[in-house]
Amino acid sequence: MIEKHTIRLKVVNTVGVMARITGLISQRGYNINSIISTPSENPSIYTIHLVLTETEEKIEQISKQINKLIDVIKVTDISHNKNYIVREFIMAKISTSKKHGDILQLIDLFEAKLLDMAPNYIVVSVTGSPRKIKRFIEAIQPFGIQELDRSGEFAVLDV
Amino acid sequence: MNGSEITIDALKKEGVDILFGYPGGVVIPIFDALFKENELNVILNRHEQAAVHAADGYARSTGKVGVALVTSGPGSTNAITGIATAKLDSVPIVIISGQVKNDFIGTDGFQEVDMSGITRSISKHNYLVSKIEDLPRIIKEAFYIAKTGRPGPVSIDIPVDVFSAVLKNYSYPKEVKLPGYKPTIEGNPKQIKKLAQAIQYAEKPLFYTGGGIIAANAEKELLDIVEKTNIPFVTTLMGLGTSSNDHPLYLGMPGMHGRYAANHAMMQCDLMIAVGARFDDRVTGDISRFAPNAKIAHVDIDPAEIGKNVKTDIPVVGDAKHVLTALNDLLKPRKANGWCVAVTSWKKETPLKYSQKEDEETAPQYVIERISELTDDNAIIVTDVGQHQMFSALYYKHKLPRCFLSSGGLGTMGFGLPAAMGAALAYPKRQVIAICGDGGFQMNIQELATCALNGITVKAVILNNQFLGMVRQWQEMFWNKNYSKVCLKQTPDCPPQCKGPNAKCPNKYLPDFVKVAEANGVKGLRAETVNEVDKVLKEGLAHDGPVIMEFMVRKEENVYPMVPGGKAIDEIIMGED
Repeated sequence: MIEKHTIRLKVVNTVGVMARITGLISQRGYNINSIISTPSENPSIYTIHLVLTETEEKIEQISKQINKLIDVIKVTDISHNKNYIVREFIMAKISTSKKHGDILQLIDLFEAKLLDMAPNYIVVSVTGSPRKIKRFIEAIQPFGIQELDRSGEFAVLDV
Repeated sequence: MNGSEITIDALKKEGVDILFGYPGGVVIPIFDALFKENELNVILNRHEQAAVHAADGYARSTGKVGVALVTSGPGSTNAITGIATAKLDSVPIVIISGQVKNDFIGTDGFQEVDMSGITRSISKHNYLVSKIEDLPRIIKEAFYIAKTGRPGPVSIDIPVDVFSAVLKNYSYPKEVKLPGYKPTIEGNPKQIKKLAQAIQYAEKPLFYTGGGIIAANAEKELLDIVEKTNIPFVTTLMGLGTSSNDHPLYLGMPGMHGRYAANHAMMQCDLMIAVGARFDDRVTGDISRFAPNAKIAHVDIDPAEIGKNVKTDIPVVGDAKHVLTALNDLLKPRKANGWCVAVTSWKKETPLKYSQKEDEETAPQYVIERISELTDDNAIIVTDVGQHQMFSALYYKHKLPRCFLSSGGLGTMGFGLPAAMGAALAYPKRQVIAICGDGGFQMNIQELATCALNGITVKAVILNNQFLGMVRQWQEMFWNKNYSKVCLKQTPDCPPQCKGPNAKCPNKYLPDFVKVAEANGVKGLRAETVNEVDKVLKEGLAHDGPVIMEFMVRKEENVYPMVPGGKAIDEIIMGED
């Protein structure tokens, strides 16, 4: 069954480590949904969250291949279907020129944050599960989305 | 000490005594340091690809790390085929390339290519040394990574200013610190126990072993087990020489050009114990129909190989030598059962066959059999890629590990001659024979000069069928005999219906390999007919120096047995009659 997985990596922060990982994935014929790389509590170690949609077998194979990279210290496969905690952060610039209901109510409902308010648009941020983010984007669609930036998905192994 | 001197000192501390290389602008500093150096033997190849293949041949024949030194830009890109060849066959080599000055990196400077970018997918690991302080650690790590775990090529790209920079308080590190690299050597005892139980209960067990046995020097451990348990075994192309060909339990090589007994045993076994082999498509044929009744056990040092191509029931990650030793302790002796008797009798009932009458053109298989006989099955055989490679695999009587060197994974034409040079330099007193076709030999033919000047006694055998034989065989069998661009004598004036070389061709020999040999200071011999084969071989093998022995062989001989692409490996064509 094809499903979303976050592969969380601990890597040594060397020049080109990101290129090694993305190169390996494209070389083996896989697509990346999103990738986030951030420093960990130890600045020489980075954490990478890599989201792929593949079968269990292919995820296992790609995890093993990534684990072979010399700069990769640890690989954790987190399947999104097994109740793990997954979050994404988005920022949206929404048009307010045409009225399609009360946008402020929507912001309230989704616990979004109002970051800026201009005569023709507002800027908001939302954090939430993939489902909540999907629903929020659907809800603001009728107003007119001028810009939408997404962080990509983070996951925490909840065991 | 400066970067060049540090590099040389590090190589010596790693036990390197021979270096294959080619100078160029940015590596002048290290060649200058080598000029004052007399412990390292530096061989000047005539092309960087050949330098890397030579380092590879040295590594395959000795088990030590081979080293090549090339310049930036074209020197680096020329090395790429050699690096990829070593990667696909898991050969430990270190490639040191020069790079433009740090300040110029990224400016498309003269002779600049992104070596670390290019080698990323074809090396086990790679480095760009941006400062002199990192150099000793990187060289230490590179050698460690190349030779431990699953071996492979490691590339070190060194900018010219790092070669010249001075490091005070240099000392070569004694240990490496690589938090992300810890190869598993010992197998998990639970898994080994599971495997031992599966063996005890299996009725039709079979060992399927590959290059991993040779890389781990585990031939004896394997033979101890098969002899104790009477389990038959097959070895892949990379595993030839694991045992003597006439070992009673040995069924031969499986796969596309595998032996009948080996292929049928693979398809009919109920337990396949793969050790250091990777279920390559040239071995498995149609994977969906491969070994339909078998439980699969897979022992490999590389966890990513397990489950990659076939579903595995009993995975064991570990070094073949360690796992087999532990496994042996758990196994009880077994008598040869009906299965063992049956498969070993298949081997006797299906000998390899070809025809060779005295008035017939020379069969390439005959030449290989004569080489085997005249070298007492004791030579180091290095092959190129194509029909002659398969003939050498099938007809030479292999008996020793590290004595059959061949580009199995990448299938690199041009590998034979330079790889044989590496082996000949490692073993100057042994017969090292490069068996090549007339096509592949021309891909690194320039190395004849290197052999002559350095007294590298490679005995090159060219099986000349005037065709690119393996592609021609496929065209004959599957492409309506459309011999598109496989005739090596074709000119623009040839009649369109011509089916290949014949007496009307304007040039009898092109190139004339005997003259090419002589022009390079190498002895050249040719056998036109089958009656001359022994004479040429005896003279060539006895000659104290490099030789070309050319054998004019049958033009349209095919390699059999053969399993056509996409078929199951028991759908095997044994021959033409």
